Amino acid sequence: MLARVGVEAVDELFADVPEQVRFMGALGLPGPMSEVDLVRHLRDLSAANVPATQLVSFAGAGIYDHHVPSVVDHILRRPEFFTAYTPYQPEVSQGTLQAIYEYQTMICELTGMDASNASMYDGATAFVEAALMACRVLRRSSVVVAGTAHPEWLETLETYAASGLVEVRVEESHDGVCDPERMRALCDETTAALLVSSPNFFGNLEDLAGLGAVAREAGALFVVAANPIMLGVMAPPADFGADIVVGEGQPLGGSMSFGGPGLGFFACREAHIRQMPGRLVGRTVDADGNDAFVLTLSTREQHIRREKATSNICSNHALNALAAGAYLAAVGAEGMIGIARACVAKAHYLRDALLATGRFKAPWNHPFAHEFALVYEGDASQMHDEMLSRGYLAGVLLEAPDGRDLVLFAVTEKRTRSEIDAFVEEVASL
Amino acid sequence: MSGTVPNSPAGAPPRGPRETIFEIGSPESTCVTAPDLDVPDVDLAQVMGGAVRTAPPRLPHVTELEIMRHYAHLAEMNFGVDSGFYPLGSCTMKYNPRVNEDTCRLEGFTGLHPYQPAQTVQGALELMYGLAQALGEISGLPGVTLQPAAGAHGELTALMIFRAAHESAGDPRRKVVIPDTAHGTNPATVTMCGYETVTIPSDGNGLVDMDALRSVLDTDVAAFMLTNPNTLGLFDPNILRITDAVHEVGALAYCDGANLNAIMGISRPGDMGFDAMHINLHKTFSTPHGGGGPGAGPVCVTEALSRYLPGPVAVSFDDGTFGLDWPDASIGRVRSFHGNFGVLVRAYTYLRAIGASGVREAAEQAVLSANYLKARLNGVFDVPYDRGCMHEFVLSGARLKRETGVRTLDVAKRLLDHGFHPPTVYFPLLVEEALMIEPTETEPLSALDSFADALIAIVDEARSNPDLVRGAPYTTPVRRLDEARAARTPDLRWRPSSA
Repeated sequence: MLARVGVEAVDELFADVPEQVRFMGALGLPGPMSEVDLVRHLRDLSAANVPATQLVSFAGAGIYDHHVPSVVDHILRRPEFFTAYTPYQPEVSQGTLQAIYEYQTMICELTGMDASNASMYDGATAFVEAALMACRVLRRSSVVVAGTAHPEWLETLETYAASGLVEVRVEESHDGVCDPERMRALCDETTAALLVSSPNFFGNLEDLAGLGAVAREAGALFVVAANPIMLGVMAPPADFGADIVVGEGQPLGGSMSFGGPGLGFFACREAHIRQMPGRLVGRTVDADGNDAFVLTLSTREQHIRREKATSNICSNHALNALAAGAYLAAVGAEGMIGIARACVAKAHYLRDALLATGRFKAPWNHPFAHEFALVYEGDASQMHDEMLSRGYLAGVLLEAPDGRDLVLFAVTEKRTRSEIDAFVEEVASL
Repeated sequence: MSGTVPNSPAGAPPRGPRETIFEIGSPESTCVTAPDLDVPDVDLAQVMGGAVRTAPPRLPHVTELEIMRHYAHLAEMNFGVDSGFYPLGSCTMKYNPRVNEDTCRLEGFTGLHPYQPAQTVQGALELMYGLAQALGEISGLPGVTLQPAAGAHGELTALMIFRAAHESAGDPRRKVVIPDTAHGTNPATVTMCGYETVTIPSDGNGLVDMDALRSVLDTDVAAFMLTNPNTLGLFDPNILRITDAVHEVGALAYCDGANLNAIMGISRPGDMGFDAMHINLHKTFSTPHGGGGPGAGPVCVTEALSRYLPGPVAVSFDDGTFGLDWPDASIGRVRSFHGNFGVLVRAYTYLRAIGASGVREAAEQAVLSANYLKARLNGVFDVPYDRGCMHEFVLSGARLKRETGVRTLDVAKRLLDHGFHPPTVYFPLLVEEALMIEPTETEPLSALDSFADALIAIVDEARSNPDLVRGAPYTTPVRRLDEARAARTPDLRWRPSSA
């Protein structure tokens, strides 16, 4: 190879790299490892963790421990899917493209919206992109956001807002749900969107009809963040006039994986698809007239529009979208409704049982789905530690708006009645 | 076309289009059912305040076998790195080691909830800390965040850090300068960060035009973004003069790390005077591209800028334990939780496998392979900026188009019939009919030779039978697509009526 190139040593190929910037030292990294040692090392690191999946876990707060059907990972392991690049050459990317088209269809079915993009990084960035898209659609400059949305999503939105692209007004005062009247008070002629999450961070269901009406009166878009599993039994946000629906898609066939990679799903009305961020797959025909799929409406995107693009995003979480599609195909509507119903029933069962112990108090009594917050009468952190030593992940500790310690419990279909009963008995005995 | 159409790579006819998953199966088919309800049932309308669904979502009705066959068929219509040579410029389509796919699936990683107490995630934090240290070492920029989900997300994170640094110095600025060879994400990111893009032309050698740069640098410039080596595959020998000029006006220098594979272990962006860079773990560190993602785009910054990094970051304590911490002037979160952790496990596995020596060897081999392929193709196509290239190079199909009417797009499509994924085409924008070729270090010499032979054969075909090339591909699952129709009448979801 060197002879063909016309050099005597590889070093000559780096002649353009000036001496002053050559790295002459040794990188401060460990040496190479054999596969045997490598696997042992990674197993050791893995074993230094206590995964929630090996505990009886009631942790949720945005990432949920649902069962992942076996088929999902077997599909993800097909190298034709995971070793492929973004499907820029549609003739040899029909697998990825069709899978995404099917995923887009399923997201539309769940949300009731007209169009879904090919997915985004996670729920937080989909939430931010929805705010930015609303500003583009209406040529307005601010958004009004429910303070009951996921705090990390609110933080992400605030970080992006520091660029000056959007002014963010968060309605902070809430008692577990946001008050449409208080949201209305924050709206003015600059308001491009109302952003709310239902179920919200505390598991409570918001008054989407009332909030949608506030958005319409303000002439703003209505952005609803939803939990995709709960959409199996909840009315689609479109029924309440949602213009954009976003959310974290991890519950659809994704492992928890310390919170990433997730799946930002993003759906909107037909009128706005040309302002949508991210990739879109469409169906067309090939030169022989066969149905085929292709990335489309790419004139919105950075590689064509550069500084005028709708977003800088140039990828999606295609593999997570593939998992979501496979998951929804595997469970079907019937399975999904059954799973969502089981989560809701078990969550209500747990809440009733915890309240009956007298060790917990309800901070509010709003309708909720599969997640709820309670006040612990005692040192919540001590309780959490003690239950951990007994093999339980006793939810996620939070601070309530009034400063009290809250414990946020989520229940999925994986929890059995006997696990719930045993947990309640142990926590009551502390 | 009989007799002139090359066989498909596997020798078997490719799988053609397939009905959607909504059109297979039958209403009574199921695969995975919900568990039996072992607690009292609830009246959903009552407990959920009436916001219940009245009609079920129209999801597929299929058996497990039908699902597996469906996705097997879809997979067979896809081309991945395992299918064949994938010389996509600036994308670093190196082999994805299978051990990464095993380690990232250990339950001690996949089963972690992001809000578990720190004492239960020590292994995960140690891995993140170790990966961040390694990336800091390779980049020469010691402050590292693993949060960004992709390269473009990393670019945005870095510009947000620059904005915070300028603002905290009481010196807010409005403009960001990029060269005309920049990836499209650079200007899109500039806009998303609320800055104005100023584009400067390259000089006659495809490098930064120092005069053009100096003419736009002033105290309103927040940053200069540069890919080095650039998208022509050229390392800019003036790099220190460039970063000095940027710093002289108080601006910061950003390195788009898309092309780090060429220089890792050989030259460090921190030593070149860059203040920040992003690293694409899905390019340089062998994590799979996944058909578009998930990847990860960690950002490395100077010591001075590390106080602005997004949080949380993994830290080590004196007692040998690990935790999460927030830099004191953090810009905040750029996403939820701790980054694309599953991708970080793969990249960490790769780095530990190849070690310090492997990092440098990968770069050397990548650069040698690119130069070899360039030498084989020089003359077959024109090389507009013909100097020693790094890990990729750009050819021009302008002469072929002039002489035969066959465009670069046609050449790319014809490569599919020869069993190769095409290179990146029509980028960078300053090269007419561009083909941007990046072979990576993992391809054997035989693959490079076969690819060069195929391109030479296609040029011959273009001269003897241009219509053959213009009509390609013939052997792929579908033929060329009507993209105009897709954009004119968007069909973005399946509907029963569209069947």
